[in-house]
Amino acid sequence: MLELAIGIILGACALGAGVAMIAGIGPGIGEGNAVAKACEAIGRQPECRGQVTTTMLMGCAVAETTGLYALVIAILLIFVAPGRLVNILMENVGK
Amino acid sequence: MTNDKDITTDTKPEAVKPSAGFKAVDALLILMMILPTAAGIALKVLFTPQSQGIEIKGALIYFTLNTPVQPLPIGESQVNSWLVMLTVTALALFLTHGIRAGVPTKRQYAAEWIVEKCEGLIGENMGAYFKGFAPFIGAMLILSALSSLMSLTGLFPPTSDLNTVAGWAILVFILITYYKMKCGPVVYLKSFGEPVKFLAPLNIISEFATPVSMAFRHYGNILSGTVISVLVAAGLGGLSESLFGSFGQTFPILRVGIPAVLSIYFDLFSGLLQAYIFAMLTMLYVSGAFPAEEFFRRHPEGIRNAE
Repeated sequence: MLELAIGIILGACALGAGVAMIAGIGPGIGEGNAVAKACEAIGRQPECRGQVTTTMLMGCAVAETTGLYALVIAILLIFVAPGRLVNILMENVGK
Repeated sequence: MTNDKDITTDTKPEAVKPSAGFKAVDALLILMMILPTAAGIALKVLFTPQSQGIEIKGALIYFTLNTPVQPLPIGESQVNSWLVMLTVTALALFLTHGIRAGVPTKRQYAAEWIVEKCEGLIGENMGAYFKGFAPFIGAMLILSALSSLMSLTGLFPPTSDLNTVAGWAILVFILITYYKMKCGPVVYLKSFGEPVKFLAPLNIISEFATPVSMAFRHYGNILSGTVISVLVAAGLGGLSESLFGSFGQTFPILRVGIPAVLSIYFDLFSGLLQAYIFAMLTMLYVSGAFPAEEFFRRHPEGIRNAE
């Protein structure tokens, strides 16, 4: 029974990490849009290239934030959560 | 600085032969720049336990200080950030060593270029009132950049530890709050009621979200690079074993060179970009937090000082 419980914990953590990374879609679309518009702007005004590029990188980095939140959650779910949860289970049930 | 240059244009700079002592101090400073990295590698080699294969793990803990409150572990990220500080100090001393008005040397031009770039960045993004921020932003840029670039030497980059970056983010949060308080606590509290009173809880949350998002952005970018590089290296090792393992070859040949391509993006580009973005966001948040109109209405002499 205990093995089954631990298995469910590990599986659910892995699934949760996968589901959390769905958030990667949003920044992907957003940054793609930003870069497309920046390319258009450079095509229209090649002399503004430097400024457009720095502003675009800045915007991309800010748009990336939600994706990075998901990444942090996924990393916690993979590396930290299983150990913690199994410990809690052992303390309450294992003895 | 510009005055010094003007003088040298009419009078030819006299060639000064560096004395032996000068050269010795130079060599010492260059050594001081390189030695911290070497010391870090040596420490890491001494403390890394024997392990099989590739694994992702946090920073090593070198020793634990026993403080009255709770044991304080001194890990790789602390030691490596001290090493970066030593390197930056040595670099600054080296660039300003033997600096003299009227006789510019190559390294003096380099130092002036760095200072002028920092001041230009501040003037462009923060305005004249924040002139004094140039050293702070410059220090933050080079500290963050060198910390992230440390992963090129195989050391643990301090910026892939949340604690390091969270410390910087808390510092920025304190600065933001300090500049919001410039017109007294009443104006500060009123600013939460903007634009409508009942949005105050949301404003308070977004106040705390600023340092959190700054810390997570920097940390997540550097850490994700490490994780992906390790996964690719492990995958390439497995692939080369399944491809060439039947020929009796145990050396993971595919692992040579290919992960280095990823390192260009994750270590060089991403590390430098995150340093720039962290400094840029610091400038934007701090100058955005300052209630300029209200402050200059109350302190008209401040405008003259700023200009």
